[in-house]
Parts: sequence; structure tokens; C-alpha cells
Amino acid sequence: MEYQTTYIILAGVFGLFMAWGIGANDVANAMATSVGSKAITIKTAIIIAAIFEFSGAILAGGEVTKTIRKGIVDPDTFVNSPELLIFGMLASLLAAGIWLLIASKKGWPVSTTHSIVGAVVGFAAVGIGFDAVHWGKVGTIVMSWVVSPLTSGIIAFLIFQSVHVLILRTDDPLKMAKRYVPFYIFLTAFFMTLVTIKKGLKHVSDIHVSSSEAYIYAAIIGIVVAVIGAIFISKIQPDKAKEKEFHFHTVEKVFAVLMVITASGLAFAHGSNDVANAVGPLAAVVSTAQSGIIGSKAALNPWILLVGGIGIVIGLATYGRKVIATVGTKITHLTPSRGFAAELGASMTIVMASSTGMPISTTHTLVGAVLGVGLAKGISAINLSVVRGIFASWVITIPAGAILSIVFFFILRAIFG
Amino acid sequence: MVNIISEMLGKSPVQPIQDHIGVAYECTQMLPSLLEAANLNDWDKVAKVNERIRNLEHDADKIKMKIRSNLPKSLFMPVPRQDLLELVLVQDKIANITKSIAGMINQRKIQIPTVMYDEFMVFVNLCVDAAKFAKKSVNELDELYETGFRGAEVKLVQELIDNLDEIETKTDLKQHAMQSELFKIEKEMPPVDVMFLYKLIDMVGGIADMAERVGRRLELLLAK
Repeated sequence: MEYQTTYIILAGVFGLFMAWGIGANDVANAMATSVGSKAITIKTAIIIAAIFEFSGAILAGGEVTKTIRKGIVDPDTFVNSPELLIFGMLASLLAAGIWLLIASKKGWPVSTTHSIVGAVVGFAAVGIGFDAVHWGKVGTIVMSWVVSPLTSGIIAFLIFQSVHVLILRTDDPLKMAKRYVPFYIFLTAFFMTLVTIKKGLKHVSDIHVSSSEAYIYAAIIGIVVAVIGAIFISKIQPDKAKEKEFHFHTVEKVFAVLMVITASGLAFAHGSNDVANAVGPLAAVVSTAQSGIIGSKAALNPWILLVGGIGIVIGLATYGRKVIATVGTKITHLTPSRGFAAELGASMTIVMASSTGMPISTTHTLVGAVLGVGLAKGISAINLSVVRGIFASWVITIPAGAILSIVFFFILRAIFG
Repeated sequence: MVNIISEMLGKSPVQPIQDHIGVAYECTQMLPSLLEAANLNDWDKVAKVNERIRNLEHDADKIKMKIRSNLPKSLFMPVPRQDLLELVLVQDKIANITKSIAGMINQRKIQIPTVMYDEFMVFVNLCVDAAKFAKKSVNELDELYETGFRGAEVKLVQELIDNLDEIETKTDLKQHAMQSELFKIEKEMPPVDVMFLYKLIDMVGGIADMAERVGRRLELLLAK
């Protein structure tokens, strides 16, 4: 194959650009609830985001990467012309990257995931042929876009209802918060670890963990994190002056400890899904260019996920900091008892989706979770017209991503083909 | 830079509503000193206090407008939007009545007859207290939101509202006593002055009535 190195370098650069864009823009959405509730400072948010986005991408991003790489298009179609797949995937990266750039300049709430999936489907269906697309798989992905906000909404609703009953509506909310919050911490750490061990690890290492072992390891990690959290919680002293103004001041401080954990969980979940689907096309280009075979059985190159992880951290450092700071000053009335429930509902849903290879929208899932908390009477005001706009935007994003990728596909084919 | 999550969370009306009742209560707090100054013939001070009350009432109006404009119909809230708007409306009436009282005293140079002055001041202070309890109750609004309008917090608010009702009943009795006092001496006074004194008694009592209605409005928000 000619230009082999060129393709890999181009894909690497485009993939890095996508990951940078996610770090610069999307991470702010994931961290917004935490910073806005003042549970963590902006500096802490950035450190948490950097560490957990990175590890999420590396440890749990393999399955989603696989879906984008060879789940949407039918590899058989490309057997005689592997270059076409390379052009298509490069075009998809470019299309999604540029579409996201336009959208964020215009302030449109679009999803990275939807852009990439739209782009891949677009080039395959128009550039190659209608049969080049695994329509069944695409149908499942689209279904998951409907199901994921619903699921996260239901989980967040139930979690927040339990907070109402167990803690907030009791006669001594502070005592109850100190008693029950460590359990929520355990739940968060346990769930994240379990899914990662069971579904994510196989893509980066040869260690085989049996199902029962996975549960034991996850429980151990859950307990360790919960104990550390409980130590921090036990140090919290009631602030009488502040409590006079707002009786739940100290209670919320207990939830703030929990929120550090759920924020980490959400950053991890975001890394596992969004970064992975951004580097999926890169993975497709690299494996095809190296082997000349489509959809090769060769394992995912770990450095590909690394590119995604590094890109997101650079994005955070260069631009994401400012975005998170702006967001932090804007959201002021989402207290930690609410924020944690939304984050936990969203991150559970996202990590589950990641483990089954479903590229879903992190932001939509978080929006669903916030709505769930709202339905449990947790949020003083939710702007429904904005919510409608958010859900309507994916209807525009898919054709936009598709059209752009078709254009780039034909341009690339004309240059290299 | 638009952030989806921050856009989606509407402006919370809770703090502004609490600020609003705070300003309305501050208005009523000026009343005793205004009446004192009037009876001491210190009309400069009366004019000054009247000006303060007018400014405070104007502030309350501004907050009210802001709350209204930040509550579009597209908001999804734990309590009906209409109930919140009506709560603010009643709160605002406390400030409005106070402004009318101050304006009337300042313009017509009204003085309380000496025989009933002490009792009248007790009456006024009682009405100011009612406003204070209305403020105290509304200040629990953020806690009510925190608990989703249920549980232990609801009991606490219910107690505050009960206290408010008790004070209002006392002001009713006092208002009646004031009218009887005035009736005894009305024939010795210029009829127009008497007319306005009756009106003044009604208006001062109106502050407590509105305070009680604030309690009723708040009660409607509590889950049953």
C-alpha cells in the first residue's frame, strides 16, 4: 500500500485534534455539575478530569473504539479496496472535528458521538454503497441514544429519592448523611471498577479475571474508597453561623465529599465513551494501513487509546480550564446532594454503554440524569426549551456529519486514489 | 461559549423571593419611627423616613419584576409557577401598604390622639411582628426546596405559619380595640381627621392580613 505512513500520521493528527476538542469543550459539561455546586474547586476539577478521563479512555474505551472501527461499516465491502476505508475514516474524523468546531462557535449543543457516527455512516452509505453499512448495528446505536438518557434519568431519580427518604426528610439529616453517604461512595466505586474489570481490561492487557474475582476486586476497591471517604466525612464540623442561614449547609458539605467521587466516576465514564469513539476511526486507519486487511483480528493498538487520552488532557490544559471556570460561575444552585445523584446516574449508564460498545452521548445522558433529579423535585428550575433544543440538535448533527464526511471522502479519494 | 448543562438549569427563584420578603419587612420596620416622629411634630424626619420607605418599596418592585421575568412558562419546577408568582404578589402588598401608610401620614400630617398613642404603637409593632414572621417563614423556602417540600422541614414551616396565624389573630383584636377607642373620642375631633384615622387603623391591620396571606400561600406549597 502506498502512502501507508502518510495515512497513519494524518489519522493520528486528526484523532488528536478530535480528542483535543473533546478535552476543550465536552469535559466542561461533564465537570459542570461538580464545579457549579462548589463541591470541588476548578483546580481540583481539572486534576480529576485529567486523571480519570485519561484512565477511562485507556482502561475502558476499547469496546466503543471497536464499534466505530469495524461495527458500523461492513468490512467485507472493502476487501478489494482497503484504501477506501482509510479515506472514509480520515474523512469522518475531519468532518466530525470541523462540525464540532462550527457548532461550538455558534453555541449549538451538539454531540461528539452523533457527529462521528453520522460521519462514518455517511461516507459508507454514499461513498461506497448502501450495503456497506451494518444497518442493524446503526439501528441499535440510534436506539441507545434514546435509551441512555431515559436510563440515566430513571437511575438518578431513584438515587435522589433514596437521598430524600434516607437523609433529607429525616429529623436529623446530618447524622443520617454521615451514616449513609459512605454507602453511596461504595456504590460508585464498586460499580465503576466492576464494569472496567469485566469489560474494559481485556483490551489493554492479557490478565484474565474471572467473574467472581471481578466482584471481589470491585468490592475491595469500593470498601477502600468508602473508608477514605468516611474519614473525610467524620472530620466535617457543623458551621453554626452558616447553618442559621441555610440549615442544610453542613449536610451538603458531607455530600460534597461524595461528589468528588462521582465527579471522578463521570470523568472516567466520559473518557471511556467519548474519547474512544473519537479515536475509533484512527484505530480503523492504523489497523488497515498496517496490515492491508480490513477488520483484522489484531488487537487494538494501546497507543491509539493513548493518543486519545493525551489529546483530551492537552485540550483540558489549553482551553478546557477556561470553559470549566465559566461554567462554575454560571451554575450556582445545584447543590452536591443533587449533583452527585445526576452524576452517578449518568456515569453508571455511560460505563454500562461503554462496556457493550455503544457510542452514546455523554452530554445527553447527563441531561437525562439532571431531568431525573428534577422529576424527584430536586431542582428549583429546569429550562425545558433548552432541553428540547439539546435533543433536537442530534437530528441536525447526523446529516451534517454525514454530508461533510461524504465531501471529504471524495476529496481524499481524488488526492490519494 | 455555551455550556449545555448550565443553560439547562434555569435561574432559581428561591433566593430572589427570600430577598423580596426581606425588603418588604424592612419597609414595615420603618413605620414605628415614622409614627413617633409625627407625634413629636418632627416633620423633617417623617419626610425622610417616608422617602426611605418609598425607596425600599421601589427595590421590592424591582425584585418582583425580576422574579417574574425569570419565570418563563417553559420552566419545569417542583412547585407550580403560578403559586410562586402569587406568593410574591402577596409579599409585595406588604411593601405597598406600608408605602401608602407612610405617604398618607406624611401628606396629611396625621398624628395619633395622645389618649390612644401607647396602645396604637403596640398595635403597629404587633403588625410589624406579623411581617417578621412572614419573613421567617419564607426564609425556609430554600430548605423546603432542599427536602422536596416533605418531611421534618414541613413540620417546622407549619409551626412558623401557626405562629404567624396567632400573631395575626392578636392584631385583629387590637385593631378592634383601636376602633372602639377612636369611636369614644371621635366626636371631639375634626371629622376628616377621624375618617383618616379609621383608614390608618385599617391599613396598619392590613399589613398583618397580608403577612398571614403570605403564610397561606406558603402553606399551599407544602405537600400534603
